[in-house]
Amino acid sequence: MTRTHQVAARGSMRKGIHGLADNIRRHPVIYLMALPVVVYYIVFHYAPMYGLVIAFQRYVPARGIMRSKWVGIENFVKFFSDMYSGRIIRNTLLINLQLLVFGFPIPIAFAVLMNEVRRQRAKRLIQTVTYMPHFISSVVICGIFLDFTKSNGVITWVVSMLGGEKIDLLTRAGNFQPIFVSMNIWQEFGWDSIIYFAALSSIDPTLYEAAMIDGASRLRRVIHITLPSLLPTIAILLLMRIGNMMSLGWERIVLMYNPLIYETSDVISSYVYRRGLVEFNYSYSAAVGMFNSVCNVTLLTLANIASRRMNNASLW
Amino acid sequence: MKRSVGERVFDCMNTLLMALLAVICLYPLVHVALSSFSDPAALMAHEGPILRIVGAPTLKGYEITLNNRSLVIGFRNTLGYLVAGTLMNVLLTSMAAYVISRKHFMLRRAMTKAMIYTMYFSGGIIPMFIIVTFTKIYNTPFAVVLPTAISTYNVIIMRTFFMNIPESMEESAIIDGAGDWTIFTRIMMPLSKAVIAVITLYYSVGHWNSWFNAMIFLRERSLYPLQLFLREILILNNTANEASSDFVELSMARDLVKYCTIIVSTLPILIAYPFAQRYFVQGVMIGAVKG
Repeated sequence: MTRTHQVAARGSMRKGIHGLADNIRRHPVIYLMALPVVVYYIVFHYAPMYGLVIAFQRYVPARGIMRSKWVGIENFVKFFSDMYSGRIIRNTLLINLQLLVFGFPIPIAFAVLMNEVRRQRAKRLIQTVTYMPHFISSVVICGIFLDFTKSNGVITWVVSMLGGEKIDLLTRAGNFQPIFVSMNIWQEFGWDSIIYFAALSSIDPTLYEAAMIDGASRLRRVIHITLPSLLPTIAILLLMRIGNMMSLGWERIVLMYNPLIYETSDVISSYVYRRGLVEFNYSYSAAVGMFNSVCNVTLLTLANIASRRMNNASLW
Repeated sequence: MKRSVGERVFDCMNTLLMALLAVICLYPLVHVALSSFSDPAALMAHEGPILRIVGAPTLKGYEITLNNRSLVIGFRNTLGYLVAGTLMNVLLTSMAAYVISRKHFMLRRAMTKAMIYTMYFSGGIIPMFIIVTFTKIYNTPFAVVLPTAISTYNVIIMRTFFMNIPESMEESAIIDGAGDWTIFTRIMMPLSKAVIAVITLYYSVGHWNSWFNAMIFLRERSLYPLQLFLREILILNNTANEASSDFVELSMARDLVKYCTIIVSTLPILIAYPFAQRYFVQGVMIGAVKG
């Protein structure tokens, strides 16, 4: 053993357990510095992952994980025969799909159009104002939108001007998703556009000059220079977005929804929260949560494979 | 450079459209701010957008809001969580970023992978809740700050920054006999003021706005952060100050108090924002290099 390792050793960095011991002896301080970080990740990230085994148990807090009864996939079977499972899966997918379809292109369009604004001071002012909502707390944002959608709220007023009814909008199931999706886009489109501004500012200006000499119109310059330069950024962000698709913004759903409109607003995570922490069905809701996480990782992996095939962009 | 008529029309419309978007972003706050000074009765009768103070201007809402005991407790607690939490966040994040950016640290690759993995897969809230009760930090201030002690995203931002610091800086220190701790505190940290400012701001805003962990990990009201009291007032409609017995007056005052509470609790962010904006944007840029 030792011999092979000695052969494999290059410089001060040897492989394997002896190499590690050697490395610790040489640089003890760096291991001391890593210690609290490692402890944090083990306790608050990896222990909870291990804690997911309760999804296969009938977990009783007094007995703990070690002595609770194992029940195999009972909780998962129960979930798929749960009368609400179809509803929460549908809502999760629908809300996230709308956030993706509407919420993803808007920051790109915004950045591209802003890039065409010539007045620098106006540009900077607009940027400052549109980034701002990102920093306001979810509680305040949801509070404001709840107020604006009351029967005498300003959004209700706009809707009534367009021919809608003057009622508390969030008592009608059909209204929740459009309101929730618009609220999220309103809050994040400015902030989400920053990364595109960064990409835009790194485009070589001589490209535009050359195109102008060749007589390319402004629209053609946007189509043939601006958009292609943004493509790698767009690909990576789309990928990350799809990976987080099943978990986006659900804490706000808990703030915004009410039992009258669960039909369109209850998602997997909010259901996990209610069944688990309000009604204390730990094992059952851990199973539902695990289903959600697995869907997430599957989506991300698929998106990553697709992205690798198409344009060599990969998250790992 | 000459611009055609068409181009000029486009420029004009485009700038207007962008300005309209900015107005839409700003309007809700303006609405709330103007409402908070308005006469509650006139406000109830008012319909549509609010572009000036409605009825006789009043400070009554602020009087009730500032006398609200729970808001004072909330402010105090949030300030505590913010200061202690952010200090710990920044220290741990820098240490994490330092160790995974050192070539002589053998576990560098494994540790980086293990950290990034947690960005995509987590146990979820139920196992987290069990861990918090198991470690006996449930219903203590630690339950608010410890579970979110390190954000992997911020570690990556900082690591990218550390890796861009020229190695020659470190080498000359090593020749002078400096160890890792000295290099970390005397060389890396002072050279990283910009990125430290960025992550300090990210973490502070996070603490100021966070409410979910506090909601599930705290039982004691005296430990609640500001956002949980805001939730009671804005979302659950419990205005703590219910001294008046007149129902109509009470429900009118309730709306007014909501607006004032929003302004009082968001003001610190709004004041700090214009100064801090530059750093927030920088953070996105550094993160974008390798995210």
